[in-house]
Amino acid sequence: MILSDAAWLSPTEGPVALFGGVYSNHPALAATLEDARAASAGTAVCLGDLGAFGPDPDASCRIVRQSEIPVVQGNYDHSLGHGLPDCRCGYTDPEDNRFAAISYRYTYARTSPDHRAWMRAFPQAIRFRLGDRRVLLCHASPRRINEFLWESMSSDHFLLRLLDDAEADVLAVSHTGIPWLRQLPGRRAVVNVGAIGRPPNDGRTGAPYALLDLDPDGNPAVRWRRVEYDHDRLAAEMREEGLPEEFVETMLTGWWTTCLEVLPAKERARGRF
Amino acid sequence: MPITARQDRSARFEGHADPEASPRLHPGPLDAIWFQVTGTVCNIRCEHCFVSCGPTNRAFGFLSLGEVERRLEESVGLGVREYYFTGGEPFLHPDIVEILKRALARGPTTVLTNGTLLKPSHAASLGQAAAGSRFSLEFRISIDGFDPAAHDALRGAGMFERALAGLELLLDHGFLPIVTAVRTWAPGEEPAVYRAFVDMLRARGYRNPRIKLMPAFRIGAEAERAGGYAADERVTTRMVDGYDPDLLLCSSGRVVTDRGIWVCPILLDAPEGNLGDDLAAAASRPFRLGHAACTTCWAHGAVCANPGAALPEAGAAADPVADR
Repeated sequence: MILSDAAWLSPTEGPVALFGGVYSNHPALAATLEDARAASAGTAVCLGDLGAFGPDPDASCRIVRQSEIPVVQGNYDHSLGHGLPDCRCGYTDPEDNRFAAISYRYTYARTSPDHRAWMRAFPQAIRFRLGDRRVLLCHASPRRINEFLWESMSSDHFLLRLLDDAEADVLAVSHTGIPWLRQLPGRRAVVNVGAIGRPPNDGRTGAPYALLDLDPDGNPAVRWRRVEYDHDRLAAEMREEGLPEEFVETMLTGWWTTCLEVLPAKERARGRF
Repeated sequence: MPITARQDRSARFEGHADPEASPRLHPGPLDAIWFQVTGTVCNIRCEHCFVSCGPTNRAFGFLSLGEVERRLEESVGLGVREYYFTGGEPFLHPDIVEILKRALARGPTTVLTNGTLLKPSHAASLGQAAAGSRFSLEFRISIDGFDPAAHDALRGAGMFERALAGLELLLDHGFLPIVTAVRTWAPGEEPAVYRAFVDMLRARGYRNPRIKLMPAFRIGAEAERAGGYAADERVTTRMVDGYDPDLLLCSSGRVVTDRGIWVCPILLDAPEGNLGDDLAAAASRPFRLGHAACTTCWAHGAVCANPGAALPEAGAAADPVADR
């Protein structure tokens, strides 16, 4: 199970930088780590999915390895690490799955065996204490490595049940690519940190991540960051690698063009397509 | 480290000593409550309905607003994630707008409709409620063919235009309905059928249509139309070895009806589908996958869920994997 695989980090002081979904976007990754350092984050943790979508997956792997930041295993890392035939992204639409297959085949072929073996060893959950709060980090949910936790599809009582079952006060996840925060009774919270590798379908190109901390009353608090990086350079690299023009367009415009069919009504209505 | 969840999850199947006998599924947490809000009463009688709903089918009756409210209240303690409303035709219920609003105040809500009874007042009131909610209000509208001939052959003369009028009304009020079609075509025709659906919906002003294709359940009226299951079609103990039970709706959902709690929205006519009146007890009660229709869920997975909540079809998940 995901939770029995949890690794523990030492108790920490905030803010903690939490980001996920690198998706081979190495310039966004470098800019995010730089921004977290500038924000005096004591710790940074990656919530998984180093590869996918973007160019030269090994470049992102090298940055993460050199920075020595902990990584929670995402479905992409798991699939690459174990040599699975697909990314297990959880799409149900045939066109979404066609693009997912293009992305996975490219990423698998361009990720070194050494990096794939490294991904195989990532824990599927990381726990630490922030003050008296028990923080749990997972890629998608504490139940599945590819479950979508959308803001508009999660009742408060469902999120509280996830926290209770996982013996946590704060849960941070990624996987869906769209950030949100839900404050819950009892100084508890669930946060989806989004993905730095693909903008969150809002027409802006910057990479979102979260700085998790406690406010003066001890409540979990999130400061959202949006990091600008050279997305033109990334787009040029993607084109050189022959990646689909639909992917490039998303990086240049901030609007999703693929993998839209899993979006619930509310999240879908905010996008262009 | 390999994911061990697959093994842990498949332990929820209680196999039978005979590998050809049907296993029992011990459910996981209750994620979804379905409300059979208008029972089996529908304004139309479809040729392919798996529960033979129609204007005179009173096998299941309406749920009152009070009964829905009581179950919504109960769902909070159970940590339920989302609510689905079906029938019959939910928009036959005089209180449907208020019912949907109350559900939406607590969590994500989906209503399954044939679209033919939608009025501007429904769409306006619900559009306002949806805009003001943190949660999605999903409409699933059944359109079973991309032209009147195909749709009306299953659903009755004139129904295509009426359903499309309902769809357009929803679009006008900011909804992005999920058009749901039951597969009544040959598998090889599917890409062309899908394309034709997209083109038809775009022509009607639905710029980026959301479409969900569902397998047919060969029971009820559909069994008479296209033939039923073979006498020996069953999910067997052998078939669930390594199978992910979360693909099945009965692993995480239950149905509230006026006659008690049912295991899933498909098996309303099956007496074994009745799990008593206590929702919490019914939610954790194991169920033997002994009905022929269970083979359709086994093969396709998450048949009834919305696309964002569904897992990939079982066929995809059953691909060979390198997990060891």
